[in-house]
Amino acid sequence: MNDQTLTPEERVANLKGMGSSRKRVEDVRFTQGKGNYVDDIKMDGMLFGAFVRSPYAHARVVSVNKEAALAIPGVVAVLTAEDLAPLGLHWMPTLAGDKQMVLADGKVLFQGQEVAYVVAENRYIAADAAELVEVDYEELPVLTNPFEALKSDVVLREDLAGQTEGAHGPRKHHNHIFTWEQGDKDATEAVLSQADVVAEEMVYYHRTHPCPLETCGCVASMDKVTGKLTLYGTFQAPHAIRTVVSLISGLAEHNIRVISPDIGGGFGNKVGAYAGYVCSVVASIVTGQPVKWVENRMENLMSTAFARDYWMQGKIAATKDGKITGLWCHTTADHGGFDACADPTKFPAGFMNICTGSYDIPTAYLAVDGVYTNKAPGGVAYRCSFRVTEAAYFIERMIEVLAIKLNMDAAELRRINFIRKDQFPYQSALGWEYDSGDYHTAWDKALKAVDYEGLRAEQAQRVEDFKAGKTRKLLGIGLTHFTEIVGAGPVKNCDILGLGMFDSCEIRIHPTGSAIARLGTISQGQGHATTFAQIIASEIGLPADDITLEEGDTDTAPYGLGTYGSRSTPVAGAATAMAARKIRAKAQMIAAYLLEVHDNDVEWDVDRFAVKGAPERFKTMKEIAFAAYNQAIPGLEPGLEAVSYYDPPNMTYPFGAYICVMEIDVDTGEWDVRQFYALDDCGTRINPMIIEGQVHGGVTEALAIAMGQEIAYDEMGNVKTATLMDFFLPTAWETPNYTTDHTVTPSPHHPIGAKGVGESPNVGGVPAFSNAVHDAFRPFGLVQSHMPHDHWRIWKIANGLGMHG
Amino acid sequence: MIPAGFEYHRPGDIASAIGILQEHGDEARVIAGGHSLIPMMKLRMAEMGHLVDLQAIEELKGIEIGAGTVSLGAMVTQHELITHDGLATAIPLIREAALQIADPQVRYVGTVGGNVANGDPGNDMPGLMQCLNATFELSGPDGRRSVAAREFYEAAYFTARDDEEILTRISIPVPGAGVGQAYEKQKRKIGDYATAAAAVMVGNGHASVAMTNLADTPVWSESASNALADGDVSGCVAAMLDAIDPVADNRGPVEFKKHVAAVMLRRAIERAQSRAG
Repeated sequence: MNDQTLTPEERVANLKGMGSSRKRVEDVRFTQGKGNYVDDIKMDGMLFGAFVRSPYAHARVVSVNKEAALAIPGVVAVLTAEDLAPLGLHWMPTLAGDKQMVLADGKVLFQGQEVAYVVAENRYIAADAAELVEVDYEELPVLTNPFEALKSDVVLREDLAGQTEGAHGPRKHHNHIFTWEQGDKDATEAVLSQADVVAEEMVYYHRTHPCPLETCGCVASMDKVTGKLTLYGTFQAPHAIRTVVSLISGLAEHNIRVISPDIGGGFGNKVGAYAGYVCSVVASIVTGQPVKWVENRMENLMSTAFARDYWMQGKIAATKDGKITGLWCHTTADHGGFDACADPTKFPAGFMNICTGSYDIPTAYLAVDGVYTNKAPGGVAYRCSFRVTEAAYFIERMIEVLAIKLNMDAAELRRINFIRKDQFPYQSALGWEYDSGDYHTAWDKALKAVDYEGLRAEQAQRVEDFKAGKTRKLLGIGLTHFTEIVGAGPVKNCDILGLGMFDSCEIRIHPTGSAIARLGTISQGQGHATTFAQIIASEIGLPADDITLEEGDTDTAPYGLGTYGSRSTPVAGAATAMAARKIRAKAQMIAAYLLEVHDNDVEWDVDRFAVKGAPERFKTMKEIAFAAYNQAIPGLEPGLEAVSYYDPPNMTYPFGAYICVMEIDVDTGEWDVRQFYALDDCGTRINPMIIEGQVHGGVTEALAIAMGQEIAYDEMGNVKTATLMDFFLPTAWETPNYTTDHTVTPSPHHPIGAKGVGESPNVGGVPAFSNAVHDAFRPFGLVQSHMPHDHWRIWKIANGLGMHG
Repeated sequence: MIPAGFEYHRPGDIASAIGILQEHGDEARVIAGGHSLIPMMKLRMAEMGHLVDLQAIEELKGIEIGAGTVSLGAMVTQHELITHDGLATAIPLIREAALQIADPQVRYVGTVGGNVANGDPGNDMPGLMQCLNATFELSGPDGRRSVAAREFYEAAYFTARDDEEILTRISIPVPGAGVGQAYEKQKRKIGDYATAAAAVMVGNGHASVAMTNLADTPVWSESASNALADGDVSGCVAAMLDAIDPVADNRGPVEFKKHVAAVMLRRAIERAQSRAG
């Protein structure tokens, strides 16, 4: 234990702390089939719930006949809105200040909406019974286009009739939800009117879906003897779910235990509250038996939270030599039948006002109008921080559109407009204070890494060859420099349903020098058990391998707002470091006592406190831990543990430079990613291997979104992409090779300088892929074409440009 | 995604399987690999009281390579088609096409018989078998009969097979030496049906051309084949474009499908010609 033969470097290595590519400790059980997901939970007498869902996008529910379903042996109950109404649970509040039907109350507003909930002894009987529930519908006119919805006489939300004031201000029309304005409208319009050059374009970011491999589900178990409800579920925010369940059910919060077990991916889809949770809880309270509900893939794609669906009309002004002088954006946001967007309360369009991106744009204005349509509700941040992906896509397309207008190289246009290193902390025109950045260094490194000049020369030759009939393939170079805003957030401006967005960590050191830490977050695959142990290891000098991480059980973990929006490392990671520092402060006093010197006469050295000037006199953390519990130390309580609740002073602003090189077959629309380079600057890097894995996963999702993934509706409001046949989820075959790289610009306000990385690759990847497609056709006159860039839409670009003879 | 209830049967020989089909009429369906039928059952678009699993029937297995004919048991899996070297030598087109069906996990279980018998216009093997001029052997209560692949398909999911018949074997004439073969398929991703796919044989003054997922049945065109036999590629493509009748879906509109159909066909022809004698 008192090994003096190891060098400090060896002792650092033994900790496997920050900077170590420690292997993920979670993977042992995941790769051996020992994960414990919601659907693995089995309880005595457990019942199963299944929904009857609307086949129509807009219809009146005339009647629901349960008789045939109830006649099947093994069917326990069939719940409808009528059954929930006496409990006040036929509607529930949404995260966005709206309300949403739990079960259809007189009408349905989207295909797949929950109409009745069947409870049966097993899931087979439940499925059979759901088929036999007879629902009489009267079809109503369907609105799937938000622009038409704002003009239509058809009232979607009759429950809001006459309400001219919504949760976020005045409503302009019966299908209008809110208007959110940021920046200086008059000043921006003045800049636009006087500018040398203004580029204008509609940028549509299509509707898609996070599609985690594990769908949403829960097991509700009401113990009628103790009066305690245990709710297992796929919750990205278990503590918030507990509070919300308490508020809407009237159960006391101490009688509710929420447990998020292993979660098979969330990506924002598992942030909100769904009808399945409410119905399962009610069913368990009524029957006194546990009730499990797990949605299938089609239900997940059709009814749980979608992402994006933003129509972003943009104008960007610049001088004739390319200095951007102003940015204007009006967004029409399609929220579906209910506003169940997952955003901090004061931000109905999330952090869309990060849409000035990485650029020093002195004047800007943003307005967002939210609109009801006959589509599924949601609008969650699919692997991004609250609408940051939409913002990044918008500005990175507008930069390309401006480059075309100016006839400039898009890399150079970015370079001359980047916020300079010496401008940080930088106050953006739309209200944010960027914490730190060094965009020029990252950009130059990226361009050099891919030999940008060489690529442009190759592309020019390819254009010549194409025109000469020597090839039918084009080459596109997709550039992106993105800036994120993550780590919500300061409680002073970020809350969800009034719950402040701090986070927490509690660390207990055991007498023999190992530890357990519990956090208010919940891993869905991010590797928290691996990385947070590394933070603690570096802070208090105990090996990461000796530290257990626990999350997701509200009876044991400290309160926190959960994992989404890349907030775990910026917020809970900071709490972890702060809790560890409290422990180290106490350890210092214990060490000084043991070494018989004053507290100030010992200094920290990797895994021990040593007497200043006498490094051979020291006490290791293991020794200190044992003494903390077993030795009477005057003036100190026994034990060694700490808890920290961390309210960050600011968001963090990770950034990156991504470059995609793509080959495109103009005859078939097929594409091939030849090269993808991803440079991320997430500040201090805790585990480089996990960062690389996050980047690979996020870029692959970005590839899917940009190149084919969508939730598409026909004019009747039918979902056309409700299975994985049509909803593009890439396999290893479609996934290109990635080159990852990094720079390190620590966050000045975060205790360890970390900024978060999980969502950067989705945010930066989408514009990189899309810009590659656009760039391939730029020499032939393309300015803007909407995603997803699947084969036929790429073919359509080529066809429209007369490339098929 | 839970199918309605059904009785499961697992007969050990063809006669027993036919007996079960006779007993239950249109309440019963045979299942081979299940990769078409089971998803339809889970969606409750197909409901039947009796499922007759063919995997225990030895007579339906095996690949036989004869001098002039290859015989494939209906229960031969796509994986077996791919890994059988004798088959790859005799008719390389089959391996080339089977490698473009679904993914390895599906191919371990999915069968050639199920692929051709289901009548799904998205399946690759029906067009391939029409190109190869295969013959399907059917066994029913009245004995055996043979139907040419080119005569087998009537409409989507409707074939010449009677409800009480089982497709048992596929016979394929071995193309002569010097015949070039190619299968060209455009798809959105691994596991997808074709946006358009073309099977081509050409050489020794003969040609055969068939396409997949561009009508409610596979499309073998005699005039397109004859044109190609005469070396008239443009005529072949024009004839085939006349014969296909694609519909719009998530893969794209009709105009796009016709365009890529021609591209796939031209590419398959070019590759087959480069491999011809």
